[in-house]
Amino acid sequence: MTDTTSAPPRPSSPRHEIWQQFRTHKGALFGLIVIGLLIFAVLIGPYLWVPEKLTVAQAIKLKNQGPSLRFPLGTDQLGRDMLGRMLLAGRVSLAVGLVAMVIAIVFGTFVGTMAGYFRRLDGLLMRLTDMFLALPVIPLLLVMVMLFRDRLAGVLGPELGAFTLIVFAIGITSWMATARIVRGEVLTLKEREYVLAARSIGARPNRIIRRHILPNVVSPVMVAATLGVAEAIITESVLSFFGLGFPPDFPTWGRLLYDGLQYMQVYPERVIWPGVAISLTVLSVNYIGDGLRDALDPRIRGR
Amino acid sequence: MLTFTLRRLLLAIPTLLVISLVIFLLVDLAPGSPMSEIPLTVPPEVRKKMIEALGADQPVFVRYVLWLRQFFWVEPATLFDGWFGTHLAEGEQRILSWQSRSPVFTIIGQRLPQTMTVIGTAYLVGILIALPIGIYSAYRQYSIFDQGGTLFAMLGFSVPTFFSGTLFIIIFAVWLGWFPTKYDTTLSVTDWQSFLKQAKQMALPVMTLGLANAATISRYMRSSMLDNMTQDYVRTARAKGMTERIVVLKHVLRNSLIPVVTVIALGIPSIFGGAIITENLFGVNGIGAALIGAIHANDLPMVQTLAFIFAVLIVLFNLIADLLYGLLDPRIRYD
Repeated sequence: MTDTTSAPPRPSSPRHEIWQQFRTHKGALFGLIVIGLLIFAVLIGPYLWVPEKLTVAQAIKLKNQGPSLRFPLGTDQLGRDMLGRMLLAGRVSLAVGLVAMVIAIVFGTFVGTMAGYFRRLDGLLMRLTDMFLALPVIPLLLVMVMLFRDRLAGVLGPELGAFTLIVFAIGITSWMATARIVRGEVLTLKEREYVLAARSIGARPNRIIRRHILPNVVSPVMVAATLGVAEAIITESVLSFFGLGFPPDFPTWGRLLYDGLQYMQVYPERVIWPGVAISLTVLSVNYIGDGLRDALDPRIRGR
Repeated sequence: MLTFTLRRLLLAIPTLLVISLVIFLLVDLAPGSPMSEIPLTVPPEVRKKMIEALGADQPVFVRYVLWLRQFFWVEPATLFDGWFGTHLAEGEQRILSWQSRSPVFTIIGQRLPQTMTVIGTAYLVGILIALPIGIYSAYRQYSIFDQGGTLFAMLGFSVPTFFSGTLFIIIFAVWLGWFPTKYDTTLSVTDWQSFLKQAKQMALPVMTLGLANAATISRYMRSSMLDNMTQDYVRTARAKGMTERIVVLKHVLRNSLIPVVTVIALGIPSIFGGAIITENLFGVNGIGAALIGAIHANDLPMVQTLAFIFAVLIVLFNLIADLLYGLLDPRIRYD
């Protein structure tokens, strides 16, 4: 018999362990800090940095200014303050990435769980997934935006219309990877003893899925979600790059880059700022995804 | 192997049919159709004639089946006629572009060489850069070179091609003036001078796409090499007294290339997608540029056909990748 009086050291919580492992990944920490700063900047920034109200005549005189104290990033071809536009655009870009990711993850997890848990649905849903994987995404997105933009703008207004359409279009063309991952996990999980036990005491599939299966697919889904944000931001900026994204008075970073392209030779900074913002965001998110993957993998953790 | 190929080919048919239906319906049922863009000053009877002339007054289903027939029978038959001088497709209606009133496939035939030259070269360059990086990164894992390679791959994943392309234009074309900003499609290579010119104007698009592709492939190469490095047969080869060079470049590399080859095959259709951006940025008059032009001009037959061709490419290269895997790796048998 072992000595029971001296209690073993309290095991650290899984969350703490994951954080410990995550911290060792330098890139992931860098990503977390950068993305934190960016989110802070676009959320708080527009309140701290209020561009001065200019009349049209003043704005036209102040167009195409270089960086100065008054306009830290200069002004654009209509005399609008670039820093203010960058901050607002970042809000929209990040929102598009997050919302599109949520749509993709929810739908992908739903399809994956259904396919994995109910054998009858498996064949049909996986064929659907295969079909979506074979769709040429960028051309289809461009066509969708071009064809449906005006109609939705008429119903919801130009800003909300464009946002809804783009977020929805990106979401429903990027859920497939999640669905496949979740299906694979569910297939193995549903044969585990604790699931069999739950079923044997009469738990309904609905309850088994929500209480016993979904909590266990969280970690791969989280990694897929992080990478999904990066992909959605890039896809949105590709649409904007073809002029088929957001309207110019409700810009995203991609739209700012597209607007700057015409003046690229004279004012290259107008392309570089939004481009750097997009790249930095995507790079950070990718690094976080990398770090999360390592941190959530119990085989790597604790080594 | 043969039964597997046949089964996969048969399975590809319903997939492609559904995809074609989705593409057709998406484009066709959309509210912003060109029919709504005929100016209101056009009298109703003329408007009716215009719609009839485009065949847009038929029910959706009829138009879909007709389009399928054109795509799968008339166009291949026309191609066959062109090669062998037969008259299979004589008098048949081909898929016509609404912009130029010429057959869509003729336009694609004119545009394809541009795409293939630039994109093909870019993919080759990408592979040639990626393989050595991947091999050496794996051989010296966690070395400075490996960390540099990882950073390069991360940047390649994260910096979108439309930004890296613009950066290259700003740096190499605007500031340094080494290369032209735009691709001149009319240039024909006849002598050394024009070849040099062609190489110069290809440099920027090839670099943009090549680096993006190299980032992905080098990662796969590295992890595949790492998987094989620790295998028993490698230790055996070393124990036999073989030189490092032969062990790495012959034993490990050959086995590591198997998954990489399939990844390369799988990536071919997606580079057509990425090529849309590069072609538009540099003004390469290829099929990606044709697609964007058709989208902006509301040219539905062109958009439908091009989008469907991209889908066919994806399905086809998925199949090729699966077959290659079976052919190259004797441990995998499909029967």
